[in-house]
Amino acid sequence: MEKPFRRRDLLGIRNLSAEEIVGILDTAENFSEISNREVKKVPALRGKTVINLFFEASTRTRTSFELAAKRLSADAVNISVASSSVSKGETLIDTAMNLDAMAPDCIVVRHSSAGVPHQLAKVSRAAIVNAGDGANEHPTQALLDAMTIREHKKQIEGLEVAIVGDILHSRVARSNIHLLTKMGAKVRVAGPGTLVPKDFQHLIDVESQSDGTSPKSKIQNPKSLVVCDHVEDALDGADVVMILRIQRERQDSAYFPTLREYSIHYGLTNERLERAKKDAIVLHPGPMNRGIEIASEVADSSRSLILDQVKYGVAVRMAVLYLATGGSVVKS
Amino acid sequence: MKLLIANGHLIDPAAQENTGMSVLIEDGKVTAWIKPGEGVPEGCEVFDASGMLVAPGFIDMHVHLREPGQEHKETIASGCAAAVAGGWTSVCPMPNTNPVNDNAAITRYMIEQAERAGLANIFPIGAITKSSDGTELAEMGEMKSAGAVAVSDDGRPVPNAGMMRRAMQYARDFDLPVIDHCEDKSLSSGGVMHEGRVSLLLGLKGMPALAEDIDAVRDIILAKDTGAHIHIAHVSTKGAVEAVRHAKNEGINVTCEVTPHHFTLTDRAVEGYDTNTKMAPPLRSQEHLEAIIEGIKDGTIDSIATDHAPHHADEKALEYDRAPMGITGLETAIGLAFNELVHKGVIGLARLVEMCSTNPAKIFRLEGRGTLATGSIADVTVIDPSRVWTYTNAESRSKSRNSPFDGWQFQGGVAATFVGGKLVYKI
Repeated sequence: MEKPFRRRDLLGIRNLSAEEIVGILDTAENFSEISNREVKKVPALRGKTVINLFFEASTRTRTSFELAAKRLSADAVNISVASSSVSKGETLIDTAMNLDAMAPDCIVVRHSSAGVPHQLAKVSRAAIVNAGDGANEHPTQALLDAMTIREHKKQIEGLEVAIVGDILHSRVARSNIHLLTKMGAKVRVAGPGTLVPKDFQHLIDVESQSDGTSPKSKIQNPKSLVVCDHVEDALDGADVVMILRIQRERQDSAYFPTLREYSIHYGLTNERLERAKKDAIVLHPGPMNRGIEIASEVADSSRSLILDQVKYGVAVRMAVLYLATGGSVVKS
Repeated sequence: MKLLIANGHLIDPAAQENTGMSVLIEDGKVTAWIKPGEGVPEGCEVFDASGMLVAPGFIDMHVHLREPGQEHKETIASGCAAAVAGGWTSVCPMPNTNPVNDNAAITRYMIEQAERAGLANIFPIGAITKSSDGTELAEMGEMKSAGAVAVSDDGRPVPNAGMMRRAMQYARDFDLPVIDHCEDKSLSSGGVMHEGRVSLLLGLKGMPALAEDIDAVRDIILAKDTGAHIHIAHVSTKGAVEAVRHAKNEGINVTCEVTPHHFTLTDRAVEGYDTNTKMAPPLRSQEHLEAIIEGIKDGTIDSIATDHAPHHADEKALEYDRAPMGITGLETAIGLAFNELVHKGVIGLARLVEMCSTNPAKIFRLEGRGTLATGSIADVTVIDPSRVWTYTNAESRSKSRNSPFDGWQFQGGVAATFVGGKLVYKI
């Protein structure tokens, strides 16, 4: 269904071209300076309304989106729906249409089920921005990771990036794989066999067989994604090491025996990090389980850019809200 | 009352007939075949079937009619209306009603409701275990006496091999086929689509093909051991098709059916998260679809059944994870069979009739059905192979609207449906 007043949704990285990604990152870089000002506010989105509709608990992402909206002078409303619409007896679609009837310009949605932003985008007039949907995508996280990498490595093309942890359930991993491979990086993933399906290496092959409606980058090629048997193989010579959060509830589903064993065999320690390049940087989407997927010695070292990621998160979301509600790309 | 379905092309594989022939019906039974041009018997009503395919009534071995218990989704009357509009003269409702059809009283109630509606025949399928909870055998003998034609716990497959073995041993006493929804839930539980590259891409939890393969193999081994007839419902994987092919070669008493959606769509249809692409077994990948087509071509797959599973629009307007499994299918089956099988040269018309009528009647031992031989019951499906038509959910006769084929165009569709010699649907 085509929307009556078509705005620009951000449902995932998957459907973006490398050029579009660069456009968002350039715009974000321009906005990043605003957060350093004494008066952290510009009128770019004055009179616009942004609804943050969070079906899943979040501190960092929701605050980041809220600050991004406010620094651009938009009116931001936060709605936390503790559980699914089902428990209220209202369908997901009804919830969305009711909010849409109040004429927001943008609805930022997070949900534990994959595809919810896509379902909402079919019925809403407001632009939909995906703030994380189940195990599918978390596009603004990948964008802020890319911005962090760009700031420290100048360019993404040609970099070797290791992504380690629970790949299967990770929307951060999926969005990052799409983004990094579109931008010409080589991505290697690793983690416990139960959480890193072998078929993952075909993730972007599936993409290249698709109907051709999604714009593709020229530099994307299937070989740019490799599933490694061991964490060490993924880390060897890496420029960027991205550690994924272990969700503790996964342990109950018997994907791995204990957190202790996980930390010993898959956790990022200084020793393991030795395998990466001397100037490798370490990223983590947060919140961290210190001592499990990442040792404190790594998290607190100068190679760790975890707080930079959070800082750039606000700029990226300012850019996304600006572009989603009708703004044009700002070149750096 | 006499009726002549005149000048059509009769295909009746059971009688090995495939020729221009008029069919004479008196008092609900076929009484004669009359060669075209031999004139119309006196006092006879005539239905002109020129240019049409006249076949023994189609029998859908696998539907969910939701009554008793979930009449907001479908009733036996609305389900039967959708059935005859789709060319099905008989439908076999699964026992997952509320309460479960695990006793003769419910079986009888379902048949009576269908009689009241006066459209399609229904042949209920009884539960294997009480409440389909897999622990105690249901009264299969009593249900058979009341009119049940098979037993199944369908979507709640008997998890325990020991229990399944006993069920087969017992069902065999009553010559009841055991219908098997093959799904080892220890492998598939929580899954919402086929596990594979697309599920990884979409971030949805997968149901691996091997959950179906393992259960199919287990129950084929049990069928060999017990000598019972098992019928594998909605086969959807390469492994299950191969297991059935192998079992048939070994002489094991196994048959199987396929749904139109499994020979039409792949898991790529889930892209976009339309909850009308969610069902069990799920839409599989291309490799499995090709194995299904091969199984249809070489006869491994015996029949086409819809697994018509109506759900209210509100129930489907949920997160993909939370929406219920199942799609409607009664009205689109013939169109899909024409588009995907006949026009693509997978099967001919005779094989189509065999899969939709002859074989279902044989598998469920429906006396006097699945053929239009003299003396048989006058259930007739008349198909116009050249009719171009479009299916829309809005015009569906089902109470539910959960078909992924909304707006699909077909060539080949129902022209008329006769049940017991009575015209119950006409385009």
